Amino acid sequence: MSDHTRRKFLGAAGLTGLAGSGLAALAPGVHLISLAAAHANGASSKVRWGMLVDTTRCASGCNACVTACATENAIQPGTGRPAQSSQWIRKIELNEFKTGRALSLPMMCQHCEQPPCVDVCPTGASFKRADGIVLVDRHICIGCRYCMMACPYKARSFVHEPLTEQNPEVPRGKGCVESCTLCVQRIDKGQQPACVEACTKNGRSAMLFGDLNDPASEIAKRIATTPTSQVRADLRLNPGVRYQGI
Amino acid sequence: MATTIFRAIEAKGGYYALLGVCGLFLLLGAFGYFQMEHHGHVITGMDNQMVWGMPHVIALFLIVAASGALNVASTASVFGKTIYKPLAPLSALLALALMAGGLAVLMLDLGRSDRMIIAATHFNFKSVFALNVFLYTGFFTIVGMYLWFMLERRMNRWSSAAGMAAFIWRLTLTTGTGSVFGFLIAREAYQSALLAPMFIVLSFAYGTALFLLTLAATCAAARRPLGGMVVQRLKNLLATFVAASLYFVAVFHLTNLYFTRNHGVEQFILVDGGIISGVFWIGQVVIGGALPLLLLLAPGTTLGRILVACAAIVVGGLAQMYVTIIGGQAWPLDLFPGYAASSSFFDGEIHNYAPSLVEMLLGLGGFAIAALIVIIALKVLRVLPEKLDDAALLPQPGE
Ligand code: SF4
Repeated sequence: MSDHTRRKFLGAAGLTGLAGSGLAALAPGVHLISLAAAHANGASSKVRWGMLVDTTRCASGCNACVTACATENAIQPGTGRPAQSSQWIRKIELNEFKTGRALSLPMMCQHCEQPPCVDVCPTGASFKRADGIVLVDRHICIGCRYCMMACPYKARSFVHEPLTEQNPEVPRGKGCVESCTLCVQRIDKGQQPACVEACTKNGRSAMLFGDLNDPASEIAKRIATTPTSQVRADLRLNPGVRYQGI
Repeated sequence: MATTIFRAIEAKGGYYALLGVCGLFLLLGAFGYFQMEHHGHVITGMDNQMVWGMPHVIALFLIVAASGALNVASTASVFGKTIYKPLAPLSALLALALMAGGLAVLMLDLGRSDRMIIAATHFNFKSVFALNVFLYTGFFTIVGMYLWFMLERRMNRWSSAAGMAAFIWRLTLTTGTGSVFGFLIAREAYQSALLAPMFIVLSFAYGTALFLLTLAATCAAARRPLGGMVVQRLKNLLATFVAASLYFVAVFHLTNLYFTRNHGVEQFILVDGGIISGVFWIGQVVIGGALPLLLLLAPGTTLGRILVACAAIVVGGLAQMYVTIIGGQAWPLDLFPGYAASSSFFDGEIHNYAPSLVEMLLGLGGFAIAALIVIIALKVLRVLPEKLDDAALLPQPGE
């Protein structure tokens, strides 16, 4: 059975598993396979999902995106040192050395077109979906952490301890590396990433999500008309997340 | 030179005592591993800033040293220095043992060490790590065959060819190991093309030092006196390697200093890094470089002094790996050049690292694996020549 068909098969098995109450305990693990399979089929290379962050609208002290991400993806603080806890999205406070100008912005996986994490991953667990979302396949990640060494944005976290109370739609697990998935489970249902939704709800609307490839999309229009930048553009990774006002 | 007769060493009380001590360290290493496996890396000093810790320091040291331990064999078979020929099997054995120890630690430090089979079946050919999986397994095969050809009389005629293959392979392998860092485009500490060649030169020094230590210990334990001539020559070789290493380290940092963008990280490693700077200057430069050079080059060398130098080189080697791996990660990534950054994820902060006991035990377990392989092989295989004195090793007149 090829990898692909195996996943399909497991995916189908996963759904059956979900239905059967006897297999309920297995569900989260199996379900995540079904997600990987179903959505890998669904992802289209015509689309490139991306995000635009308007730093002029983002406020220091506002943490709505971070909280929403934690709720959606069931990310709790670990029991170890804070330095060992996962952070898929974080707020960075910036102060320009020359001018003293202060900025606040969310930082997460930048979903590069040329992701260094994918290049270095020995097993291919780090991969880029056809629609540009960079993900970790939790089934073949061996936890070598080479991708964390390679990521220029410090976007990845390593799961340092066993996890409980997880969202069955969001596979996570001890010993694997993880990072922002752009809420792939929501995107595939036609929703926005949790952080973007929270930011809008909060009245700031500093985050805009959409298809960079679709000239009619709001994000594409904004990028075409306003000056935006990519973080560490010098590395030529062409991130899918862009910033305005830096 | 008369035909060398190889003979297994005899096991006496001391042999089993040593076996026991190494076995104990192996058990402690296993304990460390199972603790980490059970609880996760939460019980280590590693975190999301310091993703590679002490196990990597020790593992990479062993792997780099493994390639260097092959020096003596290479000098014999590739460069035709007959004096080293009787020592070539021990050199190949040590190389295999160190590689096994290093790889074991590297594998057991994986977040999912239970998925080793995946590492062996899923490959992303763009990854240096995946490439290294091939280089490491190839190393075992080629050096293993080389050792076999040397030990098996009927295969002797192939041993030079195998020696050549092993020589080329291990240079590639060390380049691959050095390149692991070269691909980390955003980490300022590793922005140098010199890393891979520097690793090769360092491997010469580490491997030869470990070889001399192993040789001297084995000869003493097996009561087979070691000729002064061969020690003298190895000593000169070692001094050259240490000097070359120091030169490379100097050039590495000086070229980094040439680029203004690297000033921050260089200033950190060399001056402001606290423990890291201390380990660099005291561990890597003084203990690992200046001291052994002094001991090796000062007139009137004794075997004891050479061995102290070797031990110092090993300590210096571990220090070098610490500075490279830990120091390189301690320096924060600069996402926004020109800005001061702060966050809950420690952006813009120097990261600290304190290894926990379990990861130290795991690392030491790697040394134990290497030692056990050598000790057991010496007993069950005919690796060590019966006679190692000058008369036996030096070319006889008329040869
Ligand atoms: S930690 Fe996992 S995803 Fe990252 S490089 Fe290693 S195997 Fe790939």
